[in-house]
Amino acid sequence: MKVLVTVKEVAEVADDFEIEGTEVDERYLEYDLNEWDDYAVEEAVQLKEDGPADEVVTVTIGPERSEETIRMALAKGADRAVRVWDDALEDVDLLDVETKTNLLKAVVEEEDPDLVLTGVQSGDDTFGATGVSLADEIGFQWGAVVNALDFDADEGVAHVHRELEGGVEELTDIDVPAVLTIQTGINEPRYASLRGIRQAQSKEIAPKSLDDIGLDADAIESDLTLTSMYEPESESDAEIFEGDASETAGKLAEVLREKGVAE
Amino acid sequence: MSPDVLAVAEHRRGELRDVSYELLTAGRQLADATGGDLHVAVIGGDTESFAEELDREGVDAIHTVSEGEEFNHDVYVQAVEALHGELDPQVVLMPNSVNGLDYAPAVANRLDLPLATDAVDFEYDDGLTVTREMYGSKVETTVEVGGDQYAVTIRGAEWPGAEGVGDADVAEFDADIDTDTGSTVTGFEEVGGGDVDISEADFIVSIGRGIEEEDNLPLIEDLVEATDATLASSRPIVDSGWLPKNRQVGQSGKVVTPDVYLAIGISGAVQHVAGMKGSDTIIAVNTDPNAPIFDIADYGIVGDLFDVVPELIEEFE
Ligand SMILES: Cc1cc2nc3c(=O)[nH]c(=O)nc-3n(C[C@H](O)[C@H](O)[C@H](O)COP(=O)(O)OP(=O)(O)OC[C@H]3O[C@@H](n4cnc5c(N)ncnc54)[C@H](O)[C@@H]3O)c2cc1C
Repeated sequence: MKVLVTVKEVAEVADDFEIEGTEVDERYLEYDLNEWDDYAVEEAVQLKEDGPADEVVTVTIGPERSEETIRMALAKGADRAVRVWDDALEDVDLLDVETKTNLLKAVVEEEDPDLVLTGVQSGDDTFGATGVSLADEIGFQWGAVVNALDFDADEGVAHVHRELEGGVEELTDIDVPAVLTIQTGINEPRYASLRGIRQAQSKEIAPKSLDDIGLDADAIESDLTLTSMYEPESESDAEIFEGDASETAGKLAEVLREKGVAE
Repeated sequence: MSPDVLAVAEHRRGELRDVSYELLTAGRQLADATGGDLHVAVIGGDTESFAEELDREGVDAIHTVSEGEEFNHDVYVQAVEALHGELDPQVVLMPNSVNGLDYAPAVANRLDLPLATDAVDFEYDDGLTVTREMYGSKVETTVEVGGDQYAVTIRGAEWPGAEGVGDADVAEFDADIDTDTGSTVTGFEEVGGGDVDISEADFIVSIGRGIEEEDNLPLIEDLVEATDATLASSRPIVDSGWLPKNRQVGQSGKVVTPDVYLAIGISGAVQHVAGMKGSDTIIAVNTDPNAPIFDIADYGIVGDLFDVVPELIEEFE
């Protein structure tokens, strides 16, 4: 069985930052593997270690810079990677779900996986929609917000738990081929070992242009246009305690005593 | 195409969820702007009594689809697709709930509609503009949605629930659903029971990813002991296995309403806030003055927890 994992490099914004037009100024961004994808990679690698999977391939939509992040996934045990990018994507502020679906679909058609794992959402644009959209597009079954997976290779069924709100989980059987969107907490993502990091250097990251995957510029015409970005107006009427740690702690203690919750 | 809005209600285990009523308010807001009617779909379960409850002020029509007891994404996608074909509405509104995440993207894809998820507001003026957040609520954006028909999911608790008794046309809709699909719900499980019920606590000290390492947890435990508080946490602490699931506050954890909620090193992500915003007094300790938790806090310390917490412990020892 082949498992394809979507791996996104997401930008994290520093505590203090400035917005330039419709973007956070590059100086205030740090790039990292999307938190939810980290769990998806781990789940795929465990499927390989436990038997059902023979190969774990990652797919990323991202510029060359994202190879650093992709190497992290490779160091954790993915076998090889595909990276889709095109200069035409450079100018798009916000890739809509449909565009990502189109790009990933082309890779799925080429790779022909049995199982696709994605993160529930990405930490930057938080659409939370790409996995399910992709599943529908490629005619796979799917399950969103999966926090437990028991894969029955003989039956071709993924027994999953979907984490609903309020501490309730839904138990669902999903036929493969399927797309599962993975929730944090499903496993414990490993740290890349030194050996893993060394090995990752020699693993393949195949860069693909739109042309390479048989798409033209129409496929990336985003329906969504970012028209403004701003820091949300703070509705805060919080009283912020001023002073050094001992002063602020003192004022906090006063409030706790006043409210009668601590003596 | 009609200028109408179609909102899809959500229910679980026999009860409509709050977001259903919020969808009615959001749907009415949009329908007023587009100049159309507000249609509501309710799929599965006791559709008759659900329809009665959903008949609130501002709702023009309710379509019931009797298929299955609980949510199944295949059924929902087919039902919404069929209703969309019948009504040809300008907007389909769905919840950005866990189940919403499980069918809304497929609806948008199948109907070839641009999708804007997790909307916190929108405006319609010859075209749709949606307000969304990015980067863990650190920035807000407005997004223009192209085309003339849209799919939108709304964030919970952003719109008030619709009230008042309505006068909607209620009709059964025959969606001709193929139930021979590849996913089957086999049951439900409650998680997060155990020794402590944090929802009963008066004073909660809650810790987030700011603690960095499991080895630093005893510092917070010392504070909890010194102040006789109840220890809770945000999700990453539970995901890492540092605390059991019954300590998790939030959308997928517990809802708590203590007298005082002390959030230490917690950013205040929407899914966390969903579980604690009902606390009487909220106090935040965070190094980031822009952390969203300060928006809902009554008191705050902009500072390093490793400096503040030891001082606080000293206050109570
Ligand atoms: C479907 C779904 C369901 C979810 N359910 C839940 C849920 O039930 N509960 C939940 O909590 N989350 C939930 N989440 C996750 C949620 O989106 C956030 O990822 C999570 O709440 C972040 O936790 P945090 O605030 O501890 O970490 P972060 O967002 O990483 O914040 C850490 C904070 O600590 C501060 N900090 C760092 N160092 C220090 C220091 N030395 N001193 C003081 N402050 C410091 C930082 O400034 C930052 O604000 C859910 C997500 C999804 C997609």
